[in-house]
Amino acid sequence: MSEPQAKIAIEMINVEKSFCGQKVLDGIQLSIVEGKTTIITGASGQGKSVILKHMLGLIHPDKGVVRVLDQDINSIGKKGRRSLREHFGVLFQNVALFDSMTVYENVALPLRERGKLTEAVIRANVEEKLLLMDLHDINHKYPTQLSGGMKKRVGLARALVLNPSIVFFDEPTTGLDVHRSNEIYRLFYRTQQELGYTAIIVSHDVPRIFKLSDYVALLADGKIQGCIPPNEFQRSKNPKIRAFVETTMGSIYLSEQEEQSFHAPN
Amino acid sequence: MLGFIEKIGDYTLFRLHQTGRMGLFFSNCLASIVTPPFQIFAVTRQIYFIGARSVTVVLVTGLFTGMVLGLQGYHTLTRFHSEELLGSVVALSLIRELGPVLTALMVIGRAGSAICAEIGIMRNSEQIDALKCMAIDPYKYIMAPKIVAMLISVPLLTALFDVIGIFGGYLVGVILLGVSEGAYIQGMYASVAWDDVWMGLVKSVIFGLLMVGISAAKGYYIHLERNGAFGAEGVSRVTTDAVVASSVAVLVWDYLISAVLI
Repeated sequence: MSEPQAKIAIEMINVEKSFCGQKVLDGIQLSIVEGKTTIITGASGQGKSVILKHMLGLIHPDKGVVRVLDQDINSIGKKGRRSLREHFGVLFQNVALFDSMTVYENVALPLRERGKLTEAVIRANVEEKLLLMDLHDINHKYPTQLSGGMKKRVGLARALVLNPSIVFFDEPTTGLDVHRSNEIYRLFYRTQQELGYTAIIVSHDVPRIFKLSDYVALLADGKIQGCIPPNEFQRSKNPKIRAFVETTMGSIYLSEQEEQSFHAPN
Repeated sequence: MLGFIEKIGDYTLFRLHQTGRMGLFFSNCLASIVTPPFQIFAVTRQIYFIGARSVTVVLVTGLFTGMVLGLQGYHTLTRFHSEELLGSVVALSLIRELGPVLTALMVIGRAGSAICAEIGIMRNSEQIDALKCMAIDPYKYIMAPKIVAMLISVPLLTALFDVIGIFGGYLVGVILLGVSEGAYIQGMYASVAWDDVWMGLVKSVIFGLLMVGISAAKGYYIHLERNGAFGAEGVSRVTTDAVVASSVAVLVWDYLISAVLI
């Protein structure tokens, strides 16, 4: 990483993982700087979400160490993992809201399960986070009554309700059009600036997402090909990064066209 | 030849893993039900779903089972001129065997399959991962209320099945076929002992544990099933597996418990 003084929030040391005999992660070395935004990108099926699940302690590596907030997440036991996860917020790819609960109940769930807060405190927290997401008068709606973009915003409100120090985003704009994606990015940027959390975003929405990031890590062939600031990333001589950047240049053109089509008068 | 041996080894390892997983799942579930805080509201809701909403199907099944027992019992006992034993035959058959087994099979069909599908869908849509990431124990939050509700509901439903079954036997034997009412009721009083009721109770509690354990575990581990049992088809496949496995387990354990307690 380019900041020698920076504090490391998450560190993956030589992590290997295979599924059904196929090696997906082959010696991952990655450090996530505290308080910054790191994008993990790469082609589909390379194992980006697998990296995220290792950081969350949902998958155990075959080899290697994952250190989160100075603790080896795989050797601290179930209780240790649970207390470590109290510092996490996660926005899942398909949001993972509970269909049988209202928006309010979904966002309140992490607070309720702490078991120490009064209903008034819970209500104040939930309403604050929903307002932060520009969500009004939807407390009593169920997830099935919401649009994709609104679900993502409710998911983000739930991820932030405990004021976490690390927030994970797994493909946060999947299934959203350009406008809705920009809305999510805008909310992400605003909350990250306000709350100062460490953000890890798994996405292949490049280069659009470069604007939001402090570091970009490319996963290719089971390895991290570099975790560097976006401007350095785009000028990198690493052949894998070079090839990836050249491939995504097409998507700049496409996304501009898409944006124009959204702004075009009917 | 080597490939064949490899396949056997692979299959054996998979089954061993599965058995180990089930063991861990059961122990985690049992630990979760005795660890505070206790979720009274969630348990109540599950009792309504598993117990109250199964009452109709249990009543109908129990009534007709008792009626069939009355009919068949009467025609068999008539051959030996022992119609007065009809009450004993109906009551003992229901309390010791048919009540617990048929109630369990009905609950498997109604609630076991729903539990498996619900947890499978939660796994597929990352809701279980979401719970873990919110520092919420999925065993405590999802499994514990279902287990406690099953342990309360199944014995009560079994008792209901027994009572309505005995009434069904009475309807056919006494009202339709003319067996003496006194002989029917007195025979029942004389032959049914506390041990018989105890056996039925033990069976219903163990069947309840088996049903909820197998159904929940099948859904919980849907992502580890062979042949990529994921998505809607995967949920339907594991739900069918759960119903079959729970039903077979109930029948096998019925024999084992009977052999021990008889």
